[in-house]
Amino acid sequence: MKWEQLCQGLAEEGFLRLACDIAPRLIQGTATTFQLTMLAIGLGLAGGILLALGRVYGNKLIYWVSTAYVQFVRGTPVLVQLFLIYYGLPTFEIRLDSLTAAIIGLGLNSAAYQAEYFRGAIQSISRGQMLAARAIGMTNLQAIRYVILPQALRIVIPPWSNELIYTLKYSSVAFIIGAPELMATGQIIASRNFRYFEVFLIVAFIYLVCVLIISKLLDIAEQKLKIPGLEMR
Amino acid sequence: MLDKLLLIWESLPLLIRGAIVTLELTMSLLAIGFVLGLIVALGQVYGPRPIAMLMSGYERFFRAMPILVLLIVFFYGLAFLGVSLPAFGTAVLVFGLHSSAYQSQIFRGSIQAIKPGQILAARALGMTRLQVIRYITLPQALRLAIPGWSNEYSGVLKDTSFAFAIGVTELARQGWQIATRTREMFLVFISVALIYLLLTYLGTWLLELLERYLSVPGLAGQRREEHGRVV
Amino acid sequence: MAVSSKIIVRVEDLHKRYGSEEILKGVSFTVRQGEALAIIGPSGTGKSTLLRCINRLTEPDRGRIWLEETEITSPHTDINKIRQQIGFVFQDFNLFAHLTALDNVRLGLLKVKKLPKKEATERAMHELARVGLAEHAQKYPAQLSGGQQQRVSIARALAMDPKLMLFDEPTSALDPELIGEVLQVMQKLAEEGMTMIVVTHEMGFARSVCDQVIFMEKGVIVEQGPPEQIFTNPQQPRTRQFLGKISELYGGAGR
Ligand SMILES: Nc1ncnc2c1ncn2[C@@H]1O[C@H](COP(=O)(O)OP(=O)(O)O)[C@@H](O)[C@H]1O
Ligand SMILES: [Mg+2]
Repeated sequence: MKWEQLCQGLAEEGFLRLACDIAPRLIQGTATTFQLTMLAIGLGLAGGILLALGRVYGNKLIYWVSTAYVQFVRGTPVLVQLFLIYYGLPTFEIRLDSLTAAIIGLGLNSAAYQAEYFRGAIQSISRGQMLAARAIGMTNLQAIRYVILPQALRIVIPPWSNELIYTLKYSSVAFIIGAPELMATGQIIASRNFRYFEVFLIVAFIYLVCVLIISKLLDIAEQKLKIPGLEMR
Repeated sequence: MLDKLLLIWESLPLLIRGAIVTLELTMSLLAIGFVLGLIVALGQVYGPRPIAMLMSGYERFFRAMPILVLLIVFFYGLAFLGVSLPAFGTAVLVFGLHSSAYQSQIFRGSIQAIKPGQILAARALGMTRLQVIRYITLPQALRLAIPGWSNEYSGVLKDTSFAFAIGVTELARQGWQIATRTREMFLVFISVALIYLLLTYLGTWLLELLERYLSVPGLAGQRREEHGRVV
Repeated sequence: MAVSSKIIVRVEDLHKRYGSEEILKGVSFTVRQGEALAIIGPSGTGKSTLLRCINRLTEPDRGRIWLEETEITSPHTDINKIRQQIGFVFQDFNLFAHLTALDNVRLGLLKVKKLPKKEATERAMHELARVGLAEHAQKYPAQLSGGQQQRVSIARALAMDPKLMLFDEPTSALDPELIGEVLQVMQKLAEEGMTMIVVTHEMGFARSVCDQVIFMEKGVIVEQGPPEQIFTNPQQPRTRQFLGKISELYGGAGR
């Protein structure tokens, strides 16, 4: 056992020093992680809403395509999906840099999961709402736009904030294809100074703090946005 | 076209070998997560306050940590401490700990869903606390947990692909090796994805059969969404 | 209804408080072998608390309870041994949801009394037959009516061969048309000489089946006596008021 070494390493022999040294670069990496997360979740939001509408209101073809997409994505690992996009697409002459590939991959992945939250939310809004909207002369699209979606978006907030946390955590997978986010930054630093454990310990700590803070913020936002009587059943 | 199909056909034995490693990983980590998760759940529900709080902290920590980060930290951490554990073992350990946090939540939910009057009735018959857990709580809680557990299965099955990062030759890495050798990236990774898809649906289908086999009138777990995020 | 002089239960100065509220404020009584005691009174009075103290599902704060010669409240008593000798029937049945009627009755015999399987099965079937449910032995609780579930729970308690049966409002959760079948089983038990304490709002049952009636209110025994006295000539004004209200609610004291 090298406990003494660990303790020394952590206390005197410059663990704090190391942390200070690499902090700027890790902060850079954290920023990229956030950028990646936000873009992916945004892409997932747009895709998720479209997929959900396709599954609820689409004709047979649209229904089957969106359903197949959702099932495929939810049944396969996000890592393999990233491989398909980053290494597989060049087969069709589509070349993306690793960060773009990660954003698109995580976004398309998230879309399939968000689609199910939205579908659940839309379906939990009573048929009566749709009928009432049609009864005052709205078209189908208008009813979706002005009656169904505003409610669905509200209902979907709790599962959606889970999805945000989830995407933040799973954005670390981008490191495997070399996107310069937090984990990859740690990897680069460690490959130079060979202090893998210590560097990744700091990285892990940053993730932990980010996840806990954002969870807390989302909790608060959820409480603020709550409308009585409008919840996912 | 034909030569590409042939390529996949020839790679199939390797892919199957990878799939078997993936399943071994999944089964072992689920087993570890099951035992630890049950202990954590029982500790949270029946334990004295300090134990319950400790268990909640454990659960919170592992749920907040990205699994890939956890895996890498443990991988280098064990080496740093001079513990030599093969990559497969490290993966099972880390995934197992992580899964136990999620499984404890499933079990806690199903333990709390049991009507408390039954516990009183069992105690009134003269059963000890342990007997109540063994004969009343667990048989019901485990049945109620199957739907949630099925979701956990599909979640961890996909997560095992992260073992790629520490060099375990499971399905994703096996595919990676074939893909880089043959340069047929898209084709190989699609095949890999389809195998994962198969494993996901096969596993959840088997668990559904199990659920039906063990079903008791009037005692049903909540149907969760299938293959949903394990959050 | 042969009541012997042997005392089965003795409760002495029982106290129990939850938080700042004192639920039981010194309750004392005895029950003799073969006696059926009815406890009546408004809800929230502490009747359930009292019953649960008797087998220590609730720990009393003060006071002592004996089952024959054994002090239940003594810290040296193995409470699981005592509980085997006291049957408890709950308001909402509390059958084990994952077990058939037969297994509900058999579980205590197998795991607590450690009887061999064959013997346990025979005994359990005998008890189910006694409450008229032999043909339902393989059904799960969810497949039985409320009245049938309550009869299974009585059989479950009887199978342990108890010296005393406690009933906590055994018919209160039942639809009116199902109450009769449960009361019938209880009446038969009383006639066979089972010692029992019954918390109930069924005044007809208390009057015609029980040997003693206790009227409880706000944690104390207000009045105690044979049913004739309590129902036709109550000594305390509170008792009279309570019985008046009950007959208003249920249309006559006898049902
Ligand atoms: N576990 C408990 N914790 C706190 N208060 C309780 C508990 N059990 C019962 N009580 C309170 O004790 C009082 C008496 O309850 P109970 O014995 O159930 O009355 P009864 O059976 O006569 O209706 C009630 O006010 C009830 O709220
Ligand atoms: Mg009561």
